[in-house]
Amino acid sequence: MYLNQFLLLAAFLFCVGVYGVLARKNGVLVLMSVELILNAVNVNLVAFGAFHNTVVGQVFALFVIAIAAAEVGVGLAIVLLIYRNKQSIDLSEVDLMKG
Amino acid sequence: MLRNAFLIPLLPVVSFALILFFGKRLPGKGHEIGILFVGGAFVLSSICAVQWISRPADYTVPAAGHAEESAAAAEGDHAEESAAAAEGDHAEESAAAAEGDHAEEPTAVSEDHAEESATAGAVSEGEEPTEGEHEVEPIRRPVDRQVTWFESGGVEIKAGTHMDGLSVMLVFVVTLISLLVHVFSTNYMHDDRRYTHFFAALSLFTAGMLVMVTSSNTLQLLFGWEMMGLCSFMLIGHWWEEKNNSDAALKAFFTTRTGDIGLLVGISILFFAAGQTFDIATINDQALSGAIGHAALLAAAAALLCAVIGKSAQFPLHTWLPDAMAGPTPVSALIHAATMVVAGVYLIARLYGVFWQAFDIGGGGINPVALVGGITILIAAALAFVQSDIKKVLAYSTVSQLGYMVMALGVGAWTAGIFHLFTHAFFKGLLFLGAGSVSHSVHSFDMKKDMGGLKNTMPITYRTFLVGSVALAGVPPLAGFWSKDEILVGASGNGYPLFLVIGLIGAFMTACYMTRCVYLTFFGEFRGHGHPHESPKAITGPLVILAGFSVFAGFLNAPGIELFSKWTENTTVIAAGVAHHEFSIPLAFVGTLMGVLGIAAGWAYYARNLGPHRLTQRSRPALAGYRFLENKYFLDRLYTDMVVGGIKGPVARATYWINQNVIDGVLNGTAAVSRAVANFTYDVVDQKLVDGAVNGAGVGAEEGGSVLRVLQTGRVQQYAAFLFGAVVLMGGALVLFA
Amino acid sequence: MLAQNVIFAAIALAMAAAALRVVTTKNIVHAALYLVVVLAGVAALYILLAAEFTAVVQVLVYIGAIVVLFLFGIMLTRAPIGVTSDLDNNQRGLAVVVSLFLFGVLGAVLNDAYGSTKLASDNVIQKSADVGNSIFQDYVIPFEIISILLLAALIGAVVIARRD
Repeated sequence: MYLNQFLLLAAFLFCVGVYGVLARKNGVLVLMSVELILNAVNVNLVAFGAFHNTVVGQVFALFVIAIAAAEVGVGLAIVLLIYRNKQSIDLSEVDLMKG
Repeated sequence: MLRNAFLIPLLPVVSFALILFFGKRLPGKGHEIGILFVGGAFVLSSICAVQWISRPADYTVPAAGHAEESAAAAEGDHAEESAAAAEGDHAEESAAAAEGDHAEEPTAVSEDHAEESATAGAVSEGEEPTEGEHEVEPIRRPVDRQVTWFESGGVEIKAGTHMDGLSVMLVFVVTLISLLVHVFSTNYMHDDRRYTHFFAALSLFTAGMLVMVTSSNTLQLLFGWEMMGLCSFMLIGHWWEEKNNSDAALKAFFTTRTGDIGLLVGISILFFAAGQTFDIATINDQALSGAIGHAALLAAAAALLCAVIGKSAQFPLHTWLPDAMAGPTPVSALIHAATMVVAGVYLIARLYGVFWQAFDIGGGGINPVALVGGITILIAAALAFVQSDIKKVLAYSTVSQLGYMVMALGVGAWTAGIFHLFTHAFFKGLLFLGAGSVSHSVHSFDMKKDMGGLKNTMPITYRTFLVGSVALAGVPPLAGFWSKDEILVGASGNGYPLFLVIGLIGAFMTACYMTRCVYLTFFGEFRGHGHPHESPKAITGPLVILAGFSVFAGFLNAPGIELFSKWTENTTVIAAGVAHHEFSIPLAFVGTLMGVLGIAAGWAYYARNLGPHRLTQRSRPALAGYRFLENKYFLDRLYTDMVVGGIKGPVARATYWINQNVIDGVLNGTAAVSRAVANFTYDVVDQKLVDGAVNGAGVGAEEGGSVLRVLQTGRVQQYAAFLFGAVVLMGGALVLFA
Repeated sequence: MLAQNVIFAAIALAMAAAALRVVTTKNIVHAALYLVVVLAGVAALYILLAAEFTAVVQVLVYIGAIVVLFLFGIMLTRAPIGVTSDLDNNQRGLAVVVSLFLFGVLGAVLNDAYGSTKLASDNVIQKSADVGNSIFQDYVIPFEIISILLLAALIGAVVIARRD
C-alpha cells in the first residue's frame, strides 16, 4: 500500500470538511463538518504512525479523539444556547459582530 | 586763579541750577543768587586779568630755525603746567562734584604744547616787519588746564580752560557786562511774569559764553556756542505769549542754526585735516605751517565763515538781529551787543591761523572775510537811517560794528578787531541800557511817536547815552576812536584800500544815524504821553559805569601805551606774522573828520531841517530807494517767501508726494504682496492642500472603512471562508514558488 | 497485497461518497447518518493500518457518543426534520472554490512529497499493550491534561447550557 493513498484520502476528507464548515448554515452541521476534519487528521496521524513503525501516531490519534469529544460537547452546548436565545441556529443570523 | 579759571564758567552754571531750584522762594526771587554768582565770576575774572597782566612775558615765539631748541625749552616749561584735572564746564554737573575732584592727567597736554611751540616756527613769508615796528616781542604763555572728558576710537575728547590774553579779556568783559545787566534787570524786569526764569536764563547764557571763550578745543567751543544759541532763544522769546516775540526767537534760532551747520562742517574738516584733533592750538599751528592741505583749509574756513555770518549777524544772515529786539532790553544789551554776537568774531580770532592761511589774509586785495564785513558795515548803516524804533537803530548799528570787527580780522588787523570788540561791548551795552532806561520811562521804544525832549527830564540817561553815541561815532579821545582808527590803519597798511574807504564811509554813516537817534530821542518837544522821569539808581548806575569805560577803555591800546596788544596777542597771531602798523596821524585825522562830518550832517538834516527834505515825495527813485531800505532790502521777503516758502511749497509737496507714493507705495506694495501671499497660502496651501490632505486622509479612511465594513458581516463562516482562502493562496504561492 | 488494496478502495469510496453527502444533503438527520458511515470507514481504515485499539476507541467514542450527541443536538434545537432546503448558506460558491483549491494544493504537495512512498509490509504489528505503555509512560502528562480538559469541558458544557 502506498502511504499516499491514505494521505490523499485524508486530504479529501479534510477539504470536504472545510467545505462543510464554510457552506452549511445549521450549527450542528457545521460541527459535523468539524468532525470530518478531525477524523481526516486522525487518519493522517495513524498512517504516518504505521509508516514510521511507531505507536506514537495512535497515541496522538487517541488524544485527538478525546479532545474531539470534549469539543463536540461544548460546541453543542453553545449551539443550544444560541438556539435558546434566538430560536434558531441559523449561523448566518449570528452577526452581532457586524461592523 | 588762571589755573582755576574753570571756576569762572562754573559759577554761572551753579547759579543757573540754584536759581531754578530755589529762586522763587527767595525774597529777591532769585536775582540775589544771579548777582552774587556772576559778581563772583567777575571778581575771579578781574583776578585773572590782574594775574595775566602781571605774568612775565618770557615766551618768544620762535622763528623757523630755532624750532628744536625752543621745543625742548617749551617742553620743560610746559611740563609744570600739565594739569591735574578740572571738571569740565557743563551745565549738568553740580558744584559739589566739580569743586574737589582732581585726577591726574597724563602728559597729553604737554604734548600739545610741545607741538604748538615746535611748529609755531612757521613765520609766514613776506611778513617782515616793515617801517621798524614791533619785532617779535616775547609774549605771556597761556595757561592750560584740561581733563580728558572721554575717549572714543583713539581720540581723546578734552574739556578744560585755555587762558590767554584773548580769553582773559573776553572773560572780563562778559562778566562785567553780565553783572551790570543783572543789576539793571532787577529794576527793569521788576514784576515781570517770569522774573526768576529770566535770571536763570541770564546765568546760563553767561555760563555758555564763558565756556566758549575759555575753551581750548573746538568741541567745547561748539558746546558753549550751542548753549548760547539756546539761551538766546529763551531770552528773546521771554515774553513768548505775544506771537511777535516767539516769532523773533524762532527767527534768531533758525538763522543762527543755518550758520551752525557751517560750524559743524568746519570743525569736522579741521578735525580730520589736522590729524584727528580738536585742540585749537594744534589746529592753528598745523594750518600755519602748511600741514593742512589748502583745499581742506579753504573748505573749513568757508564753513566756519558761514557760522560767523549766522551768529554775528553778517550779511546775508543779519536779518535776525533787528527782530531779536523783541526781547527785553537787558537781553539785547547783554546778548546782542556785547557777548553772543561777538562769538563769531571770537571764532575767527581764535582760529585765526586757519583763516589767515586759507584766505591769504596777509596778501592784500579782497578776501571773503573782509568782503562780508565790509558789505555788512554799509548795508546795516543804511538801514539804521529808516528805523523809528530806538532799539532797532541800535541793532543795525551793532550789525554794522560787527561788520567792522569782521572786516578788521579780514584785513589782517587782528588786534584792532579784538580791541574794537572790547570797546564796542562797553559803549553798545551802554547805549542799549540807555534805551532801556528811556523806554522804562516813556513805556515805548518808538522815537518818532513817543520820545523827544528827554534831555531835561532824564539827564543822567541823556549824558551817558551821549557819551556812548560819541564813542560809537569814533570821536577822540573816546574809546571808539582808538579801536576804529586801528582798523583803518590796518586796512590801509596791509594793502586793503577798498576796505579803508568802506570803513571811512561807514564811520560817516554811523555818526550820522546816531545823531539822528540822539536828536529824535532827547531833543525837541516831548511827543509822548505821561511824565517821563529819570530812572532809579539800579538802572542809572550801570549806565554811569559803562560810560566811564567808554571814555577810558580806549586808552588801553592808544599808541605809545599799546598794553592791549601786548596782553592779547598770542602765539598764532605772531606766528602768522600779523603786521603792526604805526599810528598814522593823517589817517586818524581823516577818520575823526568823517565822524565829525557825520555828526554835523546829521544835526543839520534832522535838527535844523536843512537839506533835501521831502525828497521821497518829490522824486520817484528816492522813494523807491526809501521803500527798498524800509523793507530791509526785501531780504526778509526773500528768505521767508522764496527760500522757506519754496521749501514749504514745492519742495515739501514733492517730498510729501514721494513719501506718500513712493515710500508708502513701496511699503503698501510690500504689505499687499505679503497679504496676497498670505491669502494664497491660506486658500490654496492651507485650505486645499493641507486640509485637503488631512481631510482626504480622513475621508479616505472613512470610505475605506465603509468599503471594508461590508466584509464585517459578523458571520463567522464568512470569516472562516476568507481565512481558508487566504491560507490556500499563500500555500499555493509557497508551493509554486518555493 | 491485492486484498488490502481492494478493501481500501472500497472503504475509501464509501467514505468519500458519505462525506460528500454529509455536506450536501438536505436532510439533517441523513447528514448525521452519513457521518456515521464516514466514521465507520475511518475505523476500518484503522484496522487496515493495524491500529485496532484506535479503531475500537473510534467506534466507541465517535459513533457511540458523539453522533448520539449530534442527534440530541438536532432534536433539542428543533432542527427541521426531513428534507429542507434551508441548510446551506449563500457562500457555497466561495466554499467550493476554497475547498477545491485547498485540495489541489494539498494533493500537489503530498504527491510531491510522498508520491512513491510505500508502507512497509513487514512491520511489526503493534499491540494495544504498546499503546497503553506509551500513554502511561511516555505521554502521561498529556494524558492527565486531557483528563482535566475533559473535566473542564464537562463542567463547561453544563454551565453553558443550564437553564437559569
